Amino acid sequence: MRKWIKSGEPWIWMTAGAVALSLIAVYAVVWMTAVQGMGHWWPKPLVETTIKAPDGTTQRLVGELRENEEISLQRLRDSGYQIESDDKFTLRYLFKQGNRDVYGVDFKWIPAPLLSEFTYPKDMISIERHEWGSFFGRLMSVKENGNVVAEGDAAWPELLVRLERANRLFDEILRIEKNDIGKINYRLERLRLHQRKLELKGHLTKEAQEEIAQEKRIYDGQFAKLQQRLDELREQNRRDSLTAVVQDGQLIEIPFSKIADVIQPNNMGVFQKIAHYLKKLYEFIVDDPREANTEGGIFPAIFGTVTMVLLMSVMVTPLGIMAAVYMREYAKQGLMIRIIRISVNNLAGVPSIVYGVFGLGFFVYFLGGNIDALFFPEASPAPVFGSPGILWSALTLALLTLPVVIVATEEGLSRVPRTIREGSLALGATKAETLWRTVLPIASPAMMTGLILAVARAAGEVAPLMLVGVVKLAPSLPLDGNYPFLHLEQKFMHLGFHIYDVGFQSPNVEAARPLVYATSLLLVIIIIVLNLFAIRLRNRMREKMRGLEGV
Amino acid sequence: MNDDKPHTHAMNFSALARTQDKVAEETAITVDDLNLYYGESQALSSVSLKIPKNQVTAFIGPSGCGKSTLLRCFNRMNDLVDSCRITGRIILDDKNIFEDDVNVALLRRRVGMVFQKPNPFPKSTYENVAYGLRIMGVNDRKVLDEAVEKALRGAALWDEVKDRLQESGMSLSGGQQQRLVIARAIALEPEVLLLDEPTSALDPISSAKLEGLVEQMKTKYTIIIVTHNMQQAARVSDYTAYMYLGNLIEFGDTNNVFTNPKRQETEDYITGRFG
Repeated sequence: MRKWIKSGEPWIWMTAGAVALSLIAVYAVVWMTAVQGMGHWWPKPLVETTIKAPDGTTQRLVGELRENEEISLQRLRDSGYQIESDDKFTLRYLFKQGNRDVYGVDFKWIPAPLLSEFTYPKDMISIERHEWGSFFGRLMSVKENGNVVAEGDAAWPELLVRLERANRLFDEILRIEKNDIGKINYRLERLRLHQRKLELKGHLTKEAQEEIAQEKRIYDGQFAKLQQRLDELREQNRRDSLTAVVQDGQLIEIPFSKIADVIQPNNMGVFQKIAHYLKKLYEFIVDDPREANTEGGIFPAIFGTVTMVLLMSVMVTPLGIMAAVYMREYAKQGLMIRIIRISVNNLAGVPSIVYGVFGLGFFVYFLGGNIDALFFPEASPAPVFGSPGILWSALTLALLTLPVVIVATEEGLSRVPRTIREGSLALGATKAETLWRTVLPIASPAMMTGLILAVARAAGEVAPLMLVGVVKLAPSLPLDGNYPFLHLEQKFMHLGFHIYDVGFQSPNVEAARPLVYATSLLLVIIIIVLNLFAIRLRNRMREKMRGLEGV
Repeated sequence: MNDDKPHTHAMNFSALARTQDKVAEETAITVDDLNLYYGESQALSSVSLKIPKNQVTAFIGPSGCGKSTLLRCFNRMNDLVDSCRITGRIILDDKNIFEDDVNVALLRRRVGMVFQKPNPFPKSTYENVAYGLRIMGVNDRKVLDEAVEKALRGAALWDEVKDRLQESGMSLSGGQQQRLVIARAIALEPEVLLLDEPTSALDPISSAKLEGLVEQMKTKYTIIIVTHNMQQAARVSDYTAYMYLGNLIEFGDTNNVFTNPKRQETEDYITGRFG
């Protein structure tokens, strides 16, 4: 044993074990989020069963079986269930019964002994609605203008045909509301600001007023036309509806305009399920969120995260590199520069929320407030840059990641061989020329390393963003078709904050849980993609420097 | 730069160099009472010598004797060392290079340098050679093409690399890299070429090639070479300076220094009794 310890082998095992542990941890994170999150869109079978009520009667129950867990019977009896059994433990099931508009709650834990046998009727339909979440029931009829057009077995094919029409109309309404009307609103607001600006400057002459009024009339005209078109579309979309029976026998009528998708989950083949799954996954990535973020997609959050990280990179890279160049190449190495270096290193250890507080106080209130006072007096009292926004978020995170970039760049500069610098100087290059043509290109892979670390840190940061620009629901993207296209003052959505919001601030925790995992997985994937991109770039730079020692 | 200089004149001299008295030769650089200090310690003590034009001058001596330090004075590379202080004069073309109004960048174009270890830039062979010209602001493709070819021919490298000019200069062999670095220096058409132990990182065959190149190049440039290898000094140089502890012990015709040294220390070093 002593000999074995002396041989150094335990040490090798310990180090290898540490590597294995880290690897397991990384894979566990990805694996768990993937397993928990990715199953969300798979069509789950609809169970039909009955519950025994305390008074001996039975209630019908239709729903998706989500989870089960073991529970002690004593605990169930304590909470009022009357269950006769000699066992100590039993199962309880979590059902999603949907129909939130009918029953109020859509998730329910039910002890197994109270349930009768499960059946899976093929004609059960599951409706995904634009409001009120899922609907589960048995399709009875399809109506047009209140008159039944199909009943019984004929209802399902009729439904599919009419649903396609309804979805087309819905998409068009959405497009007009979001794009066309959004654009007119944006222009009207700019016109109002323009008028207010002229007024403040005292330039609001009769002609200008006339001009503005004329332009406003044009927009109003366009708006009225669009409004009319919308009313028409809405009217058309009100035509069809369906009726269905829910678990307790009530007949419910649902207009097609409220329906996003319908499936018969117990009557689907594997390929149909896969197709449905991929469709829902796609919608999750490209759609806007609905129902307090618990349904729909997360596209604005993905877009906000990536835009913010890119903005941050654009800000932090030049600043960090320049600071590092001064500290390493120009400053006299002495006590002063050592103090500065220690300070920079310590900045990396400041808790991120402190940066958030600083960002709010300095960037938002001080800088933003002054910018508003100087350049946007016409918008007052509404703030433009004086309220949290994507620019301030990017700046705050740039500050947060600055030390990383500085340290990495300095490291890279210090590794540029002296002989290379001398070679350049000996050819009559000045110090600046040597720096630009030789030293900085050689140090560029190290700068990329700094940027990679900065991106990884910034993309995952949430706490400071809550103070300087992130919101749970942003009405529009920070980049759109309205001049000047990039709206730096706008608030934005962020995946990290979205996870927090959906997971902990949501009114419907059970519905949100799979989304939390799915969003987490997506955030991890986005960070990995950003990193891979930067790493590829770095490797290509390194390729050019091959053969140079120490780089 | 100074293409109108009569090289032929010098060439005739060098052909006769080993046997003729060379007092009449032109002087390229005059070192006058040069003292150099690193902080408190003195690295060169009142060194004075005249480097002859279009000849090869070798500096020999044990490690730390100041030969490299002296070499780095000629293109003011010692400026990079903060604690370095210099008194005395080095005169190149009637001008003391230590004067304040000397443009160091220009001086270094006139006095090229090749270092101990090959230090090509991580760029293509072509860009390595064109580096100095580009710094001077030459960007005309045709001018650069010509200059690069001329410099590579001058460094006896053209035939080996002409088909892969765009490949990285770092992919060449050690000997080729060292000749690439020489081509990089002579692309600027300097008057003086400083070689700081140019073969110490090379294998014997590459070294021999380089020595042949030095022999060729002296028709165009004044060459100063620092070397540890005494056979090399004897082979390639016309003049030899023996230095010890920052002092110039002996300077003279290579034949005389090696066969008939005037000073006992020189003889001890050359015969291997010391160093």
